[in-house]
Amino acid sequence: MTQLKITEVALRDGSHAMSHQYTVEQVRNITKGLNAARVPYIEVAHGDGLGGSTIQYGLSKTDELKLIEAAVEEADFSKIAVLLLPGIGTIQDLKEAHRIGAKMVRVATHVTEADVAKQHLETAKNLGMETVGFLMMSHMAPVDKLVEQAKLMESYGADTVYAVDSAGAMLPYEVSEKIKALRDALTVNIGYHAHNNLGLAIGNTLAAIEHGATRIDGSVRALGAGAGNAQTEVLVAVLEKMEVETGIDLYKMMDLAEEVVAPIMQTTQEITKDSLTLGYAGVYSSFRLHAERAAKKFNIDSRDILIELGKREIVGGQEDMIVDVAAELAQKNQVTV
Amino acid sequence: MSKVKVGIIGSGNIGSDLMVKLRKSETLELTTMMGIDATSRGMQHAKEIGLTVFDNGVDGLLDNPELVDIIFDATSAKAHLHNAEIAKKLGKKMLDLTPAAIGPSVVPPVNIEEHLDAGNINMITCGGQATIPIIHAINEVAPVEYGEIVATISSKSAGPGTRANIDEFTETTAKGIEEVGGAKRGKAIIILNPAEPPIMMRDTVYAIVEEGSMAEEKITASVRKMVAKVQEYVPGYKLRTEPIFDGNHVTVFIEVEGAGHYLPKYAGNLDIMTSAAVKVAEELATSLPKVAVN
Repeated sequence: MTQLKITEVALRDGSHAMSHQYTVEQVRNITKGLNAARVPYIEVAHGDGLGGSTIQYGLSKTDELKLIEAAVEEADFSKIAVLLLPGIGTIQDLKEAHRIGAKMVRVATHVTEADVAKQHLETAKNLGMETVGFLMMSHMAPVDKLVEQAKLMESYGADTVYAVDSAGAMLPYEVSEKIKALRDALTVNIGYHAHNNLGLAIGNTLAAIEHGATRIDGSVRALGAGAGNAQTEVLVAVLEKMEVETGIDLYKMMDLAEEVVAPIMQTTQEITKDSLTLGYAGVYSSFRLHAERAAKKFNIDSRDILIELGKREIVGGQEDMIVDVAAELAQKNQVTV
Repeated sequence: MSKVKVGIIGSGNIGSDLMVKLRKSETLELTTMMGIDATSRGMQHAKEIGLTVFDNGVDGLLDNPELVDIIFDATSAKAHLHNAEIAKKLGKKMLDLTPAAIGPSVVPPVNIEEHLDAGNINMITCGGQATIPIIHAINEVAPVEYGEIVATISSKSAGPGTRANIDEFTETTAKGIEEVGGAKRGKAIIILNPAEPPIMMRDTVYAIVEEGSMAEEKITASVRKMVAKVQEYVPGYKLRTEPIFDGNHVTVFIEVEGAGHYLPKYAGNLDIMTSAAVKVAEELATSLPKVAVN
């Protein structure tokens, strides 16, 4: 069996939970710990990928290229990965990240829109980077659609194709079914990215591994959007008990989580009512903090906003819909009062 | 007054929508469709309605230059390089609906008069046509330090050309926000949403204005005036709410409902692009006779 390889996403997915306020020093300290624990890949970028520092998604405190550069300097074992969403970031951004030492790119599209990733994957291949096709909101597509889109990613040169549960909405049987179908249809690596909004991140990840996923995402201390991802140190411990080799030092991961990551987190990671609603309604995990701010501004329940966004099948990246829907709900409330 | 003759290169979504609109024009006469796939729906339709049809693209004009005075290019940025060369050789006006951006960029209510003499006029992108007027309207009242736009369109309305070249959309639009809209720095985002039934085109404009220059009422008035100007050629263009102000930030939500010509009404992105190009061509048509004398 191919060795299971974990990608740590706290310095990218966690950027949402940190409201994009990472400093160079924080990135250095976390990378140092992850590198010492021998984590194979560390993803560093704005939460919405290269070029994501915007009013729409939140402006970064520190230019992400500086953060990537710092991570590259601290990591002599771990490879630094970046995320790129076509439509937000560009090939120019990718080339910059590659120039300063990023070795892998994950090109992310909504699960039905893989064809916008072609140019970016091909460019990354030509640059000699390792490539991942990252199909977001995979819960929204039936199995055959997911397989069709994954095959496109494979045809563009993706070394790995991920089913990404961006909303943390998938149930274990669904993960099994989808990962198995991908494994049967593709020859490249299959990956899985979880969110813990329904408390299923570790369980779903195990289901994915059982059905052939060999690339797995985790976030240390669950520092990711919504309720975070599969908590890396927990996942490492569980896999060790199952005698699945990850190559990661469990004690070092636990120490990093407790001593370096926990102190910088804005709040303790738990499944709050809003995170739970994300998973329940099938809404992109980074919407949580935006919805909470909008709820305050318009004096409505943030859960109502999230449920409405789910009903309207809003996809990742549509943060501008949050204020729009909140304003509309507030108006409706006034009418009925 | 006789009509000015025009032709279209490209028989995809944009070319097909142009066909519908140009046949309604009172100053333009559509004579020619230049495609590369004679069996495509657009080319078949062109034949049925009696246009001259070339299946070797713009090269068909080389032997028949008298057929058109103005050419609409609805192909791709790459193909436009060749098409522009032929147009120049034949001395024809070129309206570029690809993101190639060889010629000056035009958004009709902002800068049409400045570029009527240009041989090649670029129409930027659908997102640019929908949002740059708003950036410009804000900038006229308070200098825009940073302009950011998010264009959300239905997956069904994004053709293969747009999909294969999505960076060209973001880069060309960002440039337009700066050069035509007047923002010091521009950024553009495009989102494809596959929901069924398809969603209307929506655009969000964020602007950060120069410290101390915020003038809420004046900005709202300027934006409203601009929206009315755009509505003259895209009736389905509208503000979803009043502009929202927060410190030196302005946010404007727009929805663009298409005319429902070639694609259904959700494809406002297609409509605003083709309507803007037709608007430019009609302006050119009234100025062409003067040009043609020399």
